[in-house]
Amino acid sequence: MTMFWDAMTIVFVSTGVFFFLAGTVGLLRFPDTLTRLHALTKADTLGFGLIAIGLLPQSADVRVGLKLLVIWLILQFAGACSGQLIAQFEHRSRHSS
Amino acid sequence: MSMLPDLLLVMLVLGAALWTVAARDRRSSVIGFIALGLLLALVWMRLYAVDVALTEAAVGGGATGLLLLRACARLDSIDAGKPSAGRTLQLLIGFCCAAMGVGIAAAALGGPDLPPTLAPAVAANIDAVGLGNPVTVVLLAYRAIDTLLEKIVLIAALVGVWSLAPDDVWGGPPASLKLAKASEPLTFLAQILPPVGFVIGVYLIWNGADEPGGTFQGGTVLAAMWLLVMLAGLAEPPETRRALLQYLVVFGPAVFLISGFSGFWLAEGFLSYPTGFAKTMIVALEVALALSIAVIVAMMLAGPSARTPR
Repeated sequence: MTMFWDAMTIVFVSTGVFFFLAGTVGLLRFPDTLTRLHALTKADTLGFGLIAIGLLPQSADVRVGLKLLVIWLILQFAGACSGQLIAQFEHRSRHSS
Repeated sequence: MSMLPDLLLVMLVLGAALWTVAARDRRSSVIGFIALGLLLALVWMRLYAVDVALTEAAVGGGATGLLLLRACARLDSIDAGKPSAGRTLQLLIGFCCAAMGVGIAAAALGGPDLPPTLAPAVAANIDAVGLGNPVTVVLLAYRAIDTLLEKIVLIAALVGVWSLAPDDVWGGPPASLKLAKASEPLTFLAQILPPVGFVIGVYLIWNGADEPGGTFQGGTVLAAMWLLVMLAGLAEPPETRRALLQYLVVFGPAVFLISGFSGFWLAEGFLSYPTGFAKTMIVALEVALALSIAVIVAMMLAGPSARTPR
């Protein structure tokens, strides 16, 4: 059974790392703020979500697992809001100039 | 193989530091400094110094970064169009900074291979205090005088910020932090996040007794929540002449001083705790200190008075 959970961790964390990598490449390569933001938020939301799911089977007890879930939720929230904020700022500065 | 992540981290830290120094304009330099603070927090994590990592992330990256960004905004409006410092002065400043860096590096690298440490003595006596976190034991029991003076420095810093206010607005509220145009995502964030952040701040303070965490980390999180509410315009910064605000600023250090002096009668001397009550007193002190730190950090970031008092 441990082997199953370990395999699950490896698969989910690797997939999460892949999304982070793809997001970073996008952040470096995409031409303007909005497309870069698109790449970044995908990496944050999906990548970190997958890594958190992958780490769940490794948590020592239920409390640690719950903390991981809470961190995930807060990060989702912060990521989504800051993405919107940056996009709004960009949108406004484009239309005012 | 296990060295590779650390090497990458060190290179990132050096890169961020170089960027901070080399960036042409002030704002980029400050953003580099914030990134450097977050990377340093990761370095402290790798060194198993979780308390320092939390402080670095909250104070070094977060609060100091915001303070510098606000200083940038203030300076931009003051010295627009003025020439920057002369070449000689720039060279002199650079030389002094480099000399300082070399001096610190020499002191750090030139010492004995195994620096003298009091860690075993702390570990042997930790049960006498009754707390589980050795960092808190050192901060509030063995080196309480340092911690006390550190809090008094914070008050001095706030007095420094407040004294930037011109005479005619003295005692009034700091400039509104509200954005010129309301931003819906920011308002949403400021409505949802503070209850969560408040619980996390209290958790960090309470946890500081036995696990990594403590007054500075928790207090800064509380301050951040208050600042978020002020940034979204859901609350205005209070007038700096308000008595309640000023009492809150001195509350923690005052309680610390009183408890320190009570050590003369109740225990062995200044800043020592009566046997058996050490943990109770330290937790009470931490709560009082965290409250003051939260108010001081938030007011320092809100800035000096800028509007006439009502």
